[in-house]
This record gives sequence, structure tokens and C-alpha cells, in this order.
Amino acid sequence: MRVVFDLLRTNIEFAIGMFLLAIVVIVSALSFVSPYEPDLIYVVFPDMPPSAEHIMGTTSRGQDTFWRLTFAMRNTLLFGLSVAILSRILSLLIGLVSGYLGGAVDRVLMSINDTFVVIPLFPILVLFYFVMRDSMSWVGLAIIMACLGWAYDARLIRSVTMSLRTREFTQQSVFSGMTTRQIVSQEHLPYVMPIVFSTTMNNMNWSIGLEVTLSVLGFTNINTPTIGTMIYWANQHTALVAGVWWWILFPVLMVVILFIGLFLLAVSMNEYIDPRSRLSRMKGAA
Amino acid sequence: MTHLLEVDKVGKTYAMGGILGSHRVRAVENVSFALEAGRPEIFTVIGESGSGKSTLARMILASVPPSDGAIRFEGQDVAAIKSRRDRLAFMKRVQPIFQNPFEAFNPLKKVDRYLFMTARRFNGVSRRDEVERQADEALRKVGLSLAEVKGRFPHELSGGQLQRIAIARALIPGPALIVADEPVSMVDASLRTSIVNLFMTLRDDLGVSIIYITHDLATAYYISDRIIIMQKGEVVEAGDARTVLADPQHPYSRELKAAVLSPDAAITGSALAETDAATLEPT
Amino acid sequence: MTTLTQPGAGAAMATPDASVRPVLSVEDLRAYYVLDLFGVKREVRAVDDISIRIMPNEIYGIAGESSSGKTSLIKTIAGAIQPPLTVVGGKVHFDFRGKSIDLYSGAPADLDAIRWRHLSYIMQGSMNVLNPVRRVRQAFIDFAARHIAAPSRRAFEEVVVAHLDRLHLSPHVLDAYPHELSGGMRQRVTIALATVCKPEFIIADEPTTALDVVVQKRVLAMIREVQREIGSSLLFVTHDMSVHANLCDRLGIMYAGRLVEEGATSDLFASPKHPYTQHLISSLPRIGDRTPREGLKGTPPNLADPPPGCRFHPRCPMAMEVCRTVVPPFVTAGKGRRVACFAAEPETIPDGIANATRSIAA
Repeated sequence: MRVVFDLLRTNIEFAIGMFLLAIVVIVSALSFVSPYEPDLIYVVFPDMPPSAEHIMGTTSRGQDTFWRLTFAMRNTLLFGLSVAILSRILSLLIGLVSGYLGGAVDRVLMSINDTFVVIPLFPILVLFYFVMRDSMSWVGLAIIMACLGWAYDARLIRSVTMSLRTREFTQQSVFSGMTTRQIVSQEHLPYVMPIVFSTTMNNMNWSIGLEVTLSVLGFTNINTPTIGTMIYWANQHTALVAGVWWWILFPVLMVVILFIGLFLLAVSMNEYIDPRSRLSRMKGAA
Repeated sequence: MTHLLEVDKVGKTYAMGGILGSHRVRAVENVSFALEAGRPEIFTVIGESGSGKSTLARMILASVPPSDGAIRFEGQDVAAIKSRRDRLAFMKRVQPIFQNPFEAFNPLKKVDRYLFMTARRFNGVSRRDEVERQADEALRKVGLSLAEVKGRFPHELSGGQLQRIAIARALIPGPALIVADEPVSMVDASLRTSIVNLFMTLRDDLGVSIIYITHDLATAYYISDRIIIMQKGEVVEAGDARTVLADPQHPYSRELKAAVLSPDAAITGSALAETDAATLEPT
Repeated sequence: MTTLTQPGAGAAMATPDASVRPVLSVEDLRAYYVLDLFGVKREVRAVDDISIRIMPNEIYGIAGESSSGKTSLIKTIAGAIQPPLTVVGGKVHFDFRGKSIDLYSGAPADLDAIRWRHLSYIMQGSMNVLNPVRRVRQAFIDFAARHIAAPSRRAFEEVVVAHLDRLHLSPHVLDAYPHELSGGMRQRVTIALATVCKPEFIIADEPTTALDVVVQKRVLAMIREVQREIGSSLLFVTHDMSVHANLCDRLGIMYAGRLVEEGATSDLFASPKHPYTQHLISSLPRIGDRTPREGLKGTPPNLADPPPGCRFHPRCPMAMEVCRTVVPPFVTAGKGRRVACFAAEPETIPDGIANATRSIAA
């Protein structure tokens, strides 16, 4: 917790990133107090420009853009988080086990890993959509993306674990009677966690980016409000030609804010990730 | 006669290279020696880098299985240790000390953790005060106390202190054998003597046998009872430490001894002859 | 194969001759690590008030343990400091033939002009100097071609080969990649590289620490031979006093960022004055000698928070009341000797301190 505070105080990238992310989170949280149901259409007068009553205007489908956006943001954020958490769990498990055990286990796991690295993502996701069609909820998509998004980071975690395994303190732990599980989870995990945090940001950017792309093209369940489907509907109603620019602008703005926020957090995490700077911070505090 | 440790014609081959065109490297070749039970001693293995001395240490610690021959500890073949229970029983009797005290403890963890863990695992104690009492007792044997160590991170302690803590940790299970791989080569000069002296105290007062692995002939002479000198995986000379080092017989042992720089040279004249510089090694 | 060459047999001398000007004079040099971690300012006094003079054709050794500040000192002398290490005071003055230079005098010093030509380094990790993907020849071209006035590439190569020959190295090493050479061979190549321009001052930082004993001896012999031949001054840093005993003409002992004793190597080993030096020398193990040796109690101080007074006093068997509060001055103590210790030089104890000489050693 002190780390977060220190970073806020001394690292301007981190502070801006946190601020942008806070905007996104607040917008998403507002969905819970929305006066409109998310699925209903034509609840307000359509195509109204931003005004005091509708601060982001209304859409051609008769929805309030702002309140619609709160639902979309919430779903998009939840989607990104789910993919990130699920894929982090996979890459942690596989990276740690493969790196610590080595040998045949490592060879098998890494050949699976490399297969996932080379799979072309986009065609696979489109294929899933055509096979599953309407049964493809965002939960399903999140699981599929998580299964496709762990491989790079598992390799990263594995290489860190491999170098940790050869260090003397690992032997010290072995001869202190620790079990393999204890060594991996208590001795090695603290070295890997910063990588997990920083790749979480990158992974969220990656998965949200893909989700938006798929949705804009209509390859997802278009009835779930997300940033991507919002832009999809706006395009369907040729919002820009019709002059309903607010329908496109605000979702795009929100997703850009989210991207920049996550990116800045990932960048500032790099300072935290470097064990040397981490150690010198510990010394400074001591 | 019972042996504490019996190293019987031990060899180790490593396969190097990839799937295709791998070649084999002999790290250790036909090494035999034995340490007797009930007669603690400091047994020194001398060798330069690539002599196989560290591989030998790992085999004795059962971290690496030998390719040939057998290592028997208290009559039991260490290669036969498979179950976790056997391994714990073995580690209770044989403990290591590592080269770099700053590397030997996880820099992100408190050092007392290793002491407490060792007491819990090997001595079966679980009550906190008993665990702490055992850690304190071991630390007192190396001239420290739990009060000085508790709650400290490795970077808060000096290399000499960390190496003492490592020795204290190794002492907690009450081992009969300690394998120390270059334990003082990374320790500062002003702290080295007390660590080396500590090994002699362990042998004399606690009856622990020590396998001391080093490249330093001078400290070897100071503390060892017996030594073996290794070159490229093979033992070239073995015997009583004083006899061997005073008058080495094998050409390699002589070369090693001649290469030791004596501090007395400051007064008696430098041993750096210009002929030495001319001796080229093959590239 | 042992020849009895007295250290100091060269032109170097324990007592600086007034007519010979030192190549390097360091005066009251202070270099601190100024750290600012998340708003917490800390100062680590790695180099504190150090004065050294190094004469032409002399091997000057610096001995000290880890965190004694010896690495910071040579970095400062070499002009290779980077923040957070900052020079807080004092000066570093080089007096080369026909060119003198003041580092840290305010004006940005033209270090590039003197590097390799006048001042060069031999470092511990030879791999840091040699580019792993380029042949050794390329390293010589990169470092030395600018400084050796040769009419053609061929003439330049002849100079290099002649130099390698002088160092008993085969010209074939030029065609090798660094990884094809053994560690000892690599270190010799870096020595050849550092000396090919015949610099007047060479800084060597633990150049043999990573080497095996047999190779170490050969490399040290080579360093000494080439130093004698080209007549450079050599500043040699290592933690291994046995190396100093065999190589150096003069020796400075560092403890916790300060110089505590200095003198001709033979004098220093024969009669060390500072208790720390005494301990270092008496604790060195020797083959053929099993007399029990005493360890030194305590641990080296933390440079961020060094003890007041003499920094060695908490560990010193001769510590007195005065050592606790007053920093002993680094004074001349006999021919070519300097020492900072109240016990060795009682006349340096200032007046008016109650019980100044009462022992506080445990």
C-alpha cells in the first residue's frame, strides 16, 4: 500500500495513469445508478445533441449516450479484467512449474506454450464466432481469449524462475526442508509478481483492443453493451454521416482514456519491477 | 570400521549441447575417499575452476546423482534416496554452506525465516518459543544471537554475519557432515579469519565433519586435516594436509603451490618472475 | 623460478623525490553517493578526504574490503563517475608529459583526449571491454587506432603485433573472438589493449580476482613486466593483500571511505602501524604456518551512518576514549609513511580531552 502511495507521490506517469483509470472506474460504477434499463431502446428522444439533460446527447436508437456508456464501460472493463486474471493464473502456473521443475515437464509445457504463441489470433476468434454464433456471450469470449493470451508471459515467468532456481538461496531453501510448493510460492513468487502486475495492464489493453475490433465488425454478441458494440451500432446507423457525432466520439474517447491509463501504469510499473530499485527502496525504508 | 561418508569410484558425465550433436563432458572421474564415523575432521578438496570440485560437492549433497560409482552416507547409498521422508532424514545429517553469503538468502525475505523453517522441518518442533530457542542456540554457537538477527533482511547484515547465520542454520538439525563450497572466498579479509576459525570449533567442540572445498591452499593448510587435490575431474594427490602441502609430489600440485603468492614476499622479494609471464597457455 | 626482485627496484621510490613530479595528485577528495529515494535524502560517504600522490613508474596498491570505498575512489580518479556518485570536494590532478589535466575543477575536462593515450584501465570483467561479436583485432582498432600515428592500417597492425609479442602473446589472438579465448587469455588481451598506447597511467581494478591461481600469477607477472617496460604508473586495486605484497611498490589501506595507512609495501608489511593493517597482515594464512589467528570482532561500518571519531574504533583492540569522538589526522609517520591512528601516533591526540587515552576496547 505504501508502494502505491510512494509511486503516486514521485512518479508522474503513475499518477496520471491512476487518474485516468479512476475516471473510467467512476464512469463504470455510475451504471449502477442509471435511470434507464440497459436493454431498452427508444426510452428517450433520439438524436439529441449534448445538453444539460443528456450531457452526451442521445443515440439514434433512443438511448441516453452517457448512461449507455456507463454500462458499456463496465462490461468492457470487466471483460478486460477477467481475461487478464484468468490468463495471469494460467501463465503463472505454467511458468513457475515449467521453470522450477525443468526437464521433461518443461519440454512438454513449453512446446504447448509455443503452439499458443504461433496461433493466429484473429482468424481463430472469428471462427469461434461463426461456430458459436449467439451462444457466444462475453464470458465465453473472455475464457477463449484467456486461453489464447497466457503464452508469452508464461515464457517470461519461466525464464525468471529458471534463473532463480540456480541461485544459492533456492538451495538454502531446499536444505531448510521447504517443499517444492513452498519454494515456488514463497521464495520465487515475490520475484514474479511485479511481472504479473505489469503484464496485467498490457494484457487488458490487448484483450480490450481485440474485443473492440471484433465488436465493431459485428463478430460478438451485439446486444451486450460494450464500447465495441456501441461503436458498432453507431456505425449501423451511420452516425457520422447523420451528424450524430457524439455517439461515436464519447465511446472512442473513453476507450482512449482507458488505454492511455493502462499504458502509463504499465510503464511506471517497470520501475517497480526492477528488483534493484525495489531493493534500494527497501533499504531506504530500513 | 564404519564410514560416515564413503565416496566410491565416483564419476559424473554431463551431456552438453542440443538434441543433435551433443557431446559428453566428464566433470568428475573415479574419485574415492572416505570419512570415518566418530572421528570428525576437516577434509579439504582443492581445485581450480573446472576441476569438478563443485560437482563433487553437489553429488555428496545428493543434489546431482553420480553417473558412476556410489556415494554412501552412513552406509546408505545416497542415490537411493527417493521419498521426501528419506530426503529429509538425509538432509538432517548432511547440510551445505554456500559460497556467496549475499546470494544464500532471498533478498526479499527475512533471514530468520530459514532458521525457523529448519528447526520446524528437521527437529519436529512447532511451538514458537521452542523454535526460537533452537535458532538462538545455533546462532550462539557461531557468535551471534537471535536478538541480532530476528526480523532482519539480508541487506541489513554484513557478509560475515550472513555466512555465520548460514552456518548456524546448517547446525540446527545437528548434522554429522557439513559440505562447504568456497565458504570464505566472498567474505571480506577482516571477517574471514573468524569464519575459518569457526570451522575448527565445529570440528573440535561439536564433532561435525566438514568437507571444505576451496582453491585457496593457504587457508587449506591452516585448517585441514586431510586434503585431496583435483585437476580436470581427477584426484592427482591425496593425503595428510600438512605433508601434501609442505611437499607436493604431483607436478600439478607443485604448480599450484608455486602459484600461491606469499604475503612474506613484501619483505623477502616478489615471486612474480618474468618467466611466468612468458608461459603461455593454449588458447 | 622465483627471482628475488625487491619491490621498488624500479624508478619508483617510497619517498617522493622533490625533483620528480607526481603523475597523479589527489587532494582532499570527497565523493559521496547522494541518494534521493522517494523524497528521503541520504548521503553515503564512499570517498572521504583522501589525498594520494602517485609518482612516475610506480605501482601503487589500494587495499580495502568491500564497501571500503576503493571502487568509488578509482572511479572518481578515472573520471568515470555517474550520479548518484558525486564529487563533493577536493581535486584530482594528472600531470602527464606535456599535458596536465584537472578533473572536477569546474570546467568540463577533456577526458576523451587523454583516455587510452595517457590514462587506461584494466578491469575485472574482460568481457565488458571486448565486444563478444567482434574479433579482438577490431577492439584494438576501436581503442588504439586514433592514438597511434601509423601511416596505414598495416603499419598500425605491426605496432600491435610488436606489442603483443612483447607480452608473449601470439598475433593469432587478433583473429579470435573473445569467447574462443580462455579467461586468463582474455584478461591478457585486455592488458595488451590497455597498454598498447603506452599510457603513463594505468588503473587496474581487481584484474585477477576472477582467475585461477596459476593463471593469476602469470597475469600479474605480465602486468608487472609491461609496467616496467613502458614505465607507466599503475594504480592497482584488490582486496587480496598477498597480491599487493608481490606487486606493489607502495600501498594505501582504505577503511570505510578513508585512507588509514600508507607506506612502502615492504615497510608496511614489516611494521604495520594501524591496528587494521596489523590485523589484515597478521591474519593472512601462509603455507607452513598453523599458528592460530585471531578474528576481528564486529563488522565493517555502514557508510551511510559511519561511527563518529575514528571509523575503526568499534572494532579496534587499541581503541581509546579519544578515538570515539575525534577523527585521527592522517599524518606523516616516518620515511614515506602516513597513518591515521591515535594509538600509533599519540602526539596527534588533541589537548583538553578528558581521559583521552583511557582504553575503551572490550
